[in-house]
Amino acid sequence: MQLVLDTEQQQLRSTVRKLLADHNHVRSVVDGDESYDRVLWRHLAELGLTGLVVPEEHGGAGAGHVERCLVLEELGRALAPVPFLASAVLAVDALMALGDTGLLPALASGERIGAVAVSGVDGSWGPAPVAATERDGGWVLEGTAPFVISGDVADVFVVYTESGWFVAEDARRTPLTTLDPTRGQAKLEFSATPARRLDTADPAAVLEKVRDLASVALAAEQVGGIAKVLETTVEYAKVRVQFGRAIGSYQSVKHACADLYSTSERAESLLRHAAWVADHEPEALPLAAATTQVFTGPAYFAAAASGLQLHGGIGYTWEHDAHLYYKRAKSSELLFGGQDEQLARLAGRLAEVR
Amino acid sequence: MSEFREKVRAWLAANVPGDEELETAKRFQTALYDAGFAGITWPEEFGGQGLTAAEQQIFDQESARYDLPTSVFRIGMGMCGPTIVDLGTPEQKARYIPPLLRGDEIWCQLFSEPGAGSDVASLQTRAVRDGDEWVINGQKVWTTVAHLADFGALLARTDPDVPKHQGLTMFLIDMHDPAVTVRPLKDMTGRAPFNEVYFENLRVPADAVLGQVGQGWLAAVTMLGHERVSIGGFVRKRHDPLAHANLAETARKYGRDTDPVVQAELAKLYAAERALALFNTRLRQEADAGTPPGARGSVAKLAGAQLMQQAVAVAGLIGGPRVAAWDPDDPAGDELALAINQTPSSSIAGGTDQIQRTIIGDRILGLPREPVVDRDVPFRELRVGTQRPA
Repeated sequence: MQLVLDTEQQQLRSTVRKLLADHNHVRSVVDGDESYDRVLWRHLAELGLTGLVVPEEHGGAGAGHVERCLVLEELGRALAPVPFLASAVLAVDALMALGDTGLLPALASGERIGAVAVSGVDGSWGPAPVAATERDGGWVLEGTAPFVISGDVADVFVVYTESGWFVAEDARRTPLTTLDPTRGQAKLEFSATPARRLDTADPAAVLEKVRDLASVALAAEQVGGIAKVLETTVEYAKVRVQFGRAIGSYQSVKHACADLYSTSERAESLLRHAAWVADHEPEALPLAAATTQVFTGPAYFAAAASGLQLHGGIGYTWEHDAHLYYKRAKSSELLFGGQDEQLARLAGRLAEVR
Repeated sequence: MSEFREKVRAWLAANVPGDEELETAKRFQTALYDAGFAGITWPEEFGGQGLTAAEQQIFDQESARYDLPTSVFRIGMGMCGPTIVDLGTPEQKARYIPPLLRGDEIWCQLFSEPGAGSDVASLQTRAVRDGDEWVINGQKVWTTVAHLADFGALLARTDPDVPKHQGLTMFLIDMHDPAVTVRPLKDMTGRAPFNEVYFENLRVPADAVLGQVGQGWLAAVTMLGHERVSIGGFVRKRHDPLAHANLAETARKYGRDTDPVVQAELAKLYAAERALALFNTRLRQEADAGTPPGARGSVAKLAGAQLMQQAVAVAGLIGGPRVAAWDPDDPAGDELALAINQTPSSSIAGGTDQIQRTIIGDRILGLPREPVVDRDVPFRELRVGTQRPA
């Protein structure tokens, strides 16, 4: 088990960090009309990052999950408003697990954006309330898939239904109002929409695998977010003076920063392990993935809330980024079935390994 | 690597004793040494194995299946030994390290005093130079295993006319000297694992100084760094009733394992336990790659103490009234009560949680320090603990 990054991985991280420093414009999305940052998405694609885990023969970089998680950490740090989680994680992972490679080159190159519909009406992770019917030798979809991450900007929809997995390229999409203004969600309405069935022996097993990988990927974003909250909060505590001295010299503030640091280090440790496991010990992934989300989901929100508090009044203003992390952290904690499902999954997996 | 694991596994299966008596513990440590499992990452020239964190981790994983009787050596192996390796003269290393690894000699750490707990540098035990010797007078307290120790690493004031951090020196002393008196001190569990130690004209030779005269604070900081890593990275006992696996077992025993609240709290505890274990593994791998943990040991110690508190809460949730009262012939009840009563010590011993947070804030995050009122004042003029020094 390797929990420390090697030189190449560190280089990848600095490359992505630099790219985001130069090209990430969160505010133009938050305050503008565009729902994602197209220019940044193109830069990510040009560097081959959108197809990082896609095998080379399908147009990707053939790298591992450790590398993809590094990219996600940086995207999470920067709150980059791009459909990476939806397309380069969920859609790519689902198609790879289903052995359907036709769409991979277009997703890997970033030319097309994928989204995956895997939520029930209450947001639980499972079949979308969409009916699939065989008609004239093909399939059509009927129904409304709620809570589709980046469903507002995607070109291709991978849909999980009671009848298995399907791909559709058309839907009526209604952007949802989101707590997190940096990541869109949409509901997709299918009305006799032609779809292609993706045959697989065990559709539910694919679903679990996709959720495990997505849990690790999301944890990477969360770890990046925690690190950024820590960094900006400590920076502020060093320069903000009250009652004649820097607030970071007061124990109540210093100790809260120390707790942020402790959270950050432990969340990163779980992530490094889970990412390594995804590449090298897939049989251990279900347990590691659930463990990571159980810790990191609430930890990010607690960190973001604490960081906002330590900024005082300025942190509560629209101009300051603290609220963007707060919103991202809370909504991330609720993705993929939320903490209830993650806890139940972990409990179930602990019972299995006993 | 799997060869090493096989070797460890087979050896442990054949050699772990069933009790923790002192003689058993010493024999076991000697056997560990002879088998090549003592000081796995320590330098070879002093009897260590010169291997990497990877082997240490394998050993820890395999030994976690047992309750090794090694706690009496923890301060020597975890704190005094590594500090002697860092700061000792070649003679000191040659004299002390091999017997320590072999389990022939037990060590204690003589820092804390009644008036100097977290503020270690305000200690009042004095060492005065007399020809080729030093004469030590004073008192230490909360000294773990002093009643069994052969040697101690003692921090004493050698110059009261300079500010408190500058006038300290560390000495390696013989605990069997008649000038040393050890009195057991009961802790809140009702047992006496620690002591008060008195020094009355204890004479030690000049070469008993570890590091430099007047540089005792540096030696203390070095040792405290090792201490935090050691406490935080301490492998839990197989039968520790507050370990996740054992609490899960208790939940099954009491039929509480299907309660969704219990399941959720156990899952959170597992995640926190894994996060800390993996953090410790990462620290070790980084050390192997050339980055020592430094003050990050404070994270391990702090998180370890928080984990214990979380486990106590889960134990109460699972056990309910059974955690508060039990039949006198139920050893499981006694073990759990002991574990609950030991929990506060993890937040105090080796520096309180508050001190660890301050260390993290100051040394890792580089936050401005609190205003210091005693840094430039000669120790002689300071108020210490609840009194002024003589």
